[in-house]
Amino acid sequence: MAVTDTVSLPAARSTAPTKGRLARFARFVRRHPNIAIGALILTLIVACSALAPLIAPYDPDAINPAERLKPPSAAHLFGTDAFGRDVLSRVIWGGRISLVVGLTVALFSVGIGLAIGLVAGFSRIADAVLMRVMDAMMAIPGILLAIALVALTTASIETVVFALVIPEIPRVVRLVRAMVLSLREQPFVDAARAVGTRFHMILIRHIMPNTVAPLIVQATFICAFAILGEAYLSFLGVGLPPPTSTWGSVIAEGRKVFGLAVWVVLFPGLFLGFTVLSINLIGDGLRDILDPKLSRRQ
Amino acid sequence: MSTALLEVSGLKKHYALDGGLFRKPTRTLAAVDGVSFTISSGETLGLVGESGCGKSTTAKMIVRLTETTEGSIRICGEDISTLGAGAMRHKRRDVQIIFQDPYSSLNPRMRAGDIVAEPLRNFGIGREEVRTRVASLFDRVGLRSDYVARFPHEFSGGQRQRLGIARALALEPKLIVCDEPVSALDVSVQAQVINLLTDLQRELGIAYLFVAHDLAVVEHISHRVAVMYLGRIVEMADRQTLFSDPRHPYTQALLAAAPSSHPRQKKERLLLCGDAPSPTSPPSGCPFRTRCPIAEPGCAEAVPALRDLGEGRQVACHLR
Repeated sequence: MAVTDTVSLPAARSTAPTKGRLARFARFVRRHPNIAIGALILTLIVACSALAPLIAPYDPDAINPAERLKPPSAAHLFGTDAFGRDVLSRVIWGGRISLVVGLTVALFSVGIGLAIGLVAGFSRIADAVLMRVMDAMMAIPGILLAIALVALTTASIETVVFALVIPEIPRVVRLVRAMVLSLREQPFVDAARAVGTRFHMILIRHIMPNTVAPLIVQATFICAFAILGEAYLSFLGVGLPPPTSTWGSVIAEGRKVFGLAVWVVLFPGLFLGFTVLSINLIGDGLRDILDPKLSRRQ
Repeated sequence: MSTALLEVSGLKKHYALDGGLFRKPTRTLAAVDGVSFTISSGETLGLVGESGCGKSTTAKMIVRLTETTEGSIRICGEDISTLGAGAMRHKRRDVQIIFQDPYSSLNPRMRAGDIVAEPLRNFGIGREEVRTRVASLFDRVGLRSDYVARFPHEFSGGQRQRLGIARALALEPKLIVCDEPVSALDVSVQAQVINLLTDLQRELGIAYLFVAHDLAVVEHISHRVAVMYLGRIVEMADRQTLFSDPRHPYTQALLAAAPSSHPRQKKERLLLCGDAPSPTSPPSGCPFRTRCPIAEPGCAEAVPALRDLGEGRQVACHLR
C-alpha cells in the first residue's frame, strides 16, 4: 500500500481534475479488486443480454435439423443443440430472463421485507402475529411452492418470481426487524423525539437510512440466489414454457445429449456461474466497504 | 430565580417484570419512587447518586421520553405528564435534553448541519432562516460554521457533544435536562463543555437539571444539589450547604468517597458495605438502613419523609 501510494502521489498532484478522477478510480480498483472484477463481469453479461437483438447471430428459437449437435465453430461459436439451434444465441437471449428474474426477486423481497420488518419492529402485537406468519413461510420449500403454483396456474415469469420471492421475504423481515429493534433504542432516536420529530419522520430520517447498508448486501445475495433458483425451476421443467430459452432450460435440454454435445450444457452453465459469482463478489465487496463505517461508529 | 419553572411532585416510575403478551407481571421494579423538586428559571439543580438510583429515568421522564407511572411534571405551571401527543410536541420547545453518549446520540447518516436544523424544521421554520440560525448556533457552541456538511464521525467527542448542545439550544428552551453530559469525555474536554454550559446559562438564562455521578463537576456547576438513593431523594440543599455540611449518612458517605484534589490531604474515611439493595425488593422502612452506619431498629418501620431542616435544606432521615 505504502509503496503504491508514494508512486501515485506525484502523478495525482500534477494532473488535471479529470485525471484526478481517473486516479481515484484506479485507487478504488486497487483497494476493492473483488468489486471491480465482479462489476466488470456483470456489466459484460448485462450488456450482452440487453443488446441481444443486435448481437445474437441467429434467432434463438430457429430450428435447423441439418445443423444438429454441431461442435463450436466459426459459424456457431458455442455449437448447436439437438434441434440445430445456435447455443450462443440461446444463451444471450436466455440471460434476459435470468437477470430480470434476479433483479425483480431482489427488489420485491427487499421492498416487501422492509415494510413488514418495520411494522414488526415497532408494534409488539403485529410482531407476534407477523413473525409466526414468517416462520410458516420459511417452512415452505421454494421449489415445491413453484411446482404447486405452476400446477394450479400457467407457467409464466410472474409465477416464477412469486415462487422465488415468497421464501426470501422472511429472511429480509428478520434482518430488518432485528435492526429496527436495536435502532429504535438508540439515543439519536430519543433525541429526535425530544426535538419534536414526528413518528413517520423518525422512520424515514432516522431508522430507514441506517438499515440500507446491510439491505443492499442482502439484496445482492438474493439476486444471485434467484438467478440460480430460476435455473433450478427451468431445469425441473416448472419454469417458463419450452420455446422460451433461459439458462436453466438450455441446460435441461442439453442434459439429454450431454454425452454427445457437452457444449450445450457447458456454455449456459459458465454464464450462470459467472453471473452468480460476479454478483456475490460485488456483495462481498460492498459488505467490506459498508462494515468498517459501522464499526467506526462504536 | 424566583418563580418555579419546573415543578416535579410525587414522580414515580414502576416497571412490571416477568410480564408477557398473555402473562400478568408478577413483580414491579420501582426505578423512581416518589421524587419531588423544583427548578427556578436560570437555576441549575444537580442530581447525583450511584448507578441505578433512578437519576437518568427521572431525567427522561421530564422530557417525556419515558412515560410516568404516577405524579406530575409541571413546566410553567402546565402538567406535561398527561398531555396528548400534539400538545406535547409544542411543549417540547420549552424543555430539551443533552445525552450522555455523544457518539450514539447523533444519527451517523445525517450531516452536522441537518442534525442541528432538525428541531427548527420540525416547527416549520423557513429554509433561509434555518440556515442563518444553524450558523449562529454553530458559532454559539464554538464550532466552525463550515463544519455543517460534515458527518458525526468526522468530529471528536467534545465537538460531538457541542453538536448535541447546539441541537438542544435550537428551539430556545427554558430548561435543558443534561443526562451525564460530560461523563463520556476526557477531563480537559469536560471542563470546556462545562464552561460552555455555564456561559450559555449566563447569556440566555437557561435552567439546567444536571444529572451526574461526578461530584466535582456537580459542585462546580450547580446552585442546588439533590442526592438520590434507590429511586428517592435523600437530601437536597444549596451547593455550599450540602458540600460543607452534609446531614444524611448517605450524602456523607458519598462525599467521603470522592477523591480529593490534593494527594496528601487527609480525609475521614467513611466506607459503605455491600451493594445497593435491588429495587425490585427494597428494604422495609428507610431504603438506606441496610448500609447505614447509624441505623437503629426503628428505621425499619417507616419510610422517612423529606423534612425541611431550615436554610433551604431537606433531608429524609429519621435520625437527623
